[in-house]
Amino acid sequence: MGRYIAKRLIQLVAITFILSIGVFMLVHLLPGDPTLAILGPNDTPTARHELLAQLGLNKSLPQQYWTWLTNVFSGNLGKSFLTGQTVANAVAVALPIDLELILFSQVMAIVVAVPLALLAARRPNRVLDRLATTTSFGMLSIPTFVVAVLLVLVFAVQFHAFPATGYVRFSTDPVQNVRSVILPSVALAFGSIAIYYRLLRADLIATMQEDYITMARSKGLSATYVLTRHALRPSSFTLLAGAGISIGSLFTGAFVVEVLFQLPGIGYQLVNAIFARDYLMVQGMALVAAVFYLVINFGVDFLLTVLDPRVRRA
Amino acid sequence: MPDGVTADVVAPTELLGADAGSESVIVAARATTAPGEAPRRTLGPLFWISLGWMSLLVLLAVLAPVLPIKSPTYQDYTAVNIGPSVHHLLGTDDLGRDLLSRIIWGSRVSLTIGFASVALGLLVGGSLGLLAGLRGGFGDTVLNAGSFVLLAFPPLLAILVIEAFWGRSLWKLTVMFAFIAAPQLFRVVRATTLSFADREFVTAARTMGARTGRILRREILPNVLPAAVSFALLGVAIAIIVEGSLAFLGLSIQLPVASLGNIVNAGVQNDNLQLNPYIALWPALYIFLLLTSLNLMADRLRGRYDVREIKL
Repeated sequence: MGRYIAKRLIQLVAITFILSIGVFMLVHLLPGDPTLAILGPNDTPTARHELLAQLGLNKSLPQQYWTWLTNVFSGNLGKSFLTGQTVANAVAVALPIDLELILFSQVMAIVVAVPLALLAARRPNRVLDRLATTTSFGMLSIPTFVVAVLLVLVFAVQFHAFPATGYVRFSTDPVQNVRSVILPSVALAFGSIAIYYRLLRADLIATMQEDYITMARSKGLSATYVLTRHALRPSSFTLLAGAGISIGSLFTGAFVVEVLFQLPGIGYQLVNAIFARDYLMVQGMALVAAVFYLVINFGVDFLLTVLDPRVRRA
Repeated sequence: MPDGVTADVVAPTELLGADAGSESVIVAARATTAPGEAPRRTLGPLFWISLGWMSLLVLLAVLAPVLPIKSPTYQDYTAVNIGPSVHHLLGTDDLGRDLLSRIIWGSRVSLTIGFASVALGLLVGGSLGLLAGLRGGFGDTVLNAGSFVLLAFPPLLAILVIEAFWGRSLWKLTVMFAFIAAPQLFRVVRATTLSFADREFVTAARTMGARTGRILRREILPNVLPAAVSFALLGVAIAIIVEGSLAFLGLSIQLPVASLGNIVNAGVQNDNLQLNPYIALWPALYIFLLLTSLNLMADRLRGRYDVREIKL
């Protein structure tokens, strides 16, 4: 187990290193003189001087990378030359919103998907199972942006039950805060529900064919008891692995939702920065988002290794 | 483990299958039949209905220039925001543009990017996967590690950021999508190839003196192809979702070219949801039907040809 985790840790560092080179090289994808593009209308001698120092553009490529990397490690992700805001500051303001969205949507998804999978796996191929499985298949065919638009149409435009756009900070007004993230969270949870349900159902049905389940059943334990007490735990690892992967893609799914509902999270800021051609902001945000994704995937792997005896022994 | 698992290395996230790299949708779409269920003997009527429907959509998209539909950018100010009618089968948008025409023209972007990028990815990733799976060795190790690195990035984020710096056009988007699809397809093809590389008929062919090229073409490829195609169809569905999301954000192909995602977006702007929900609803319905048929086709193909189920 220790060896496996060490191997994964080395992988994580290696991938992060390659990622950082990729993100660093982005600036060089810009056509023509990158300083012209980055400074945009703020092309003053002082700003130019500051930018040259920050990017080290008059040095060789490896030296530039080194300058950039040491800056990143000291928490200096760069500064927007358009708004004057530092990238680190923008991330600090935006990230909690993403975390709140992800937390809400995942709790919703699990609360819906787990009981549904248990019910379906209790009687596979019967009416409820067929219905839920078919519905979940359909749900996979609806992209987040479509779900979000439909939710706005029904709950904000028709019934005025929830605000269509805007974000209220939790510290300002907890009730309004929850109201402002409910629709976006449901939109995000929609896909997760289908994924979690399908993974857990398939795994539960497989587990229910194991010998120890037959044993427990022949002892006279009820199907419900066996399902929740004996089968759920070993079946939930697939769910956890699925959740890890899904949280990563949620992070990007959140972009669409944030833009539609005008929640100033990372996705919203990133898209705005792209439209404003605020290249250094885009670069910094991309680095943070990608590293966040890598770390979460590593965290899930780590958790699974600790929790699942099958992997621990492997 | 859910079905269809062809993983050769068991990392925890790979309990889900060799394909667990970045898109959970793939994994979930593949978790249809529980182990122990009998493999399908036919593709079933739904497969053929989906195939027919897909063909129709592709045909409409290809024939758009010669179809008797209005120009997707022609603004008829005498017919703004009208519902479905004889002259405009699906109605018009807030600028008086015919929605049916916009959707057919918009689907050209989605379908082109979806199919072209995955075909390109399959060509590159698939060929490399076949070779790596059969030959093994150092090349395999390097390619395998490379695919892991590429799969470590969330696709939408990667495309969003790269296009911000590189610029965007139909071919650039296609190349970027292919680049994202290739490592996924590489892994599937490689894993499937590995499961066949040591089978008796391959050994038999080799002892009879067949060259690698012949073994690949005649022995391995016919067995790998169904799995690869099934997976590629899911890839097309995902590419269409990601392209739609980009277009919805206004970051796919440049306006005023219609694309499914940007029509939905237009339906959300300026109180359009209140005044004329059809603008957003029609393309949404189109996307749903398109993705459902792609997913169904992939699911039936996998159910029919899944290596594991047949072996059992």
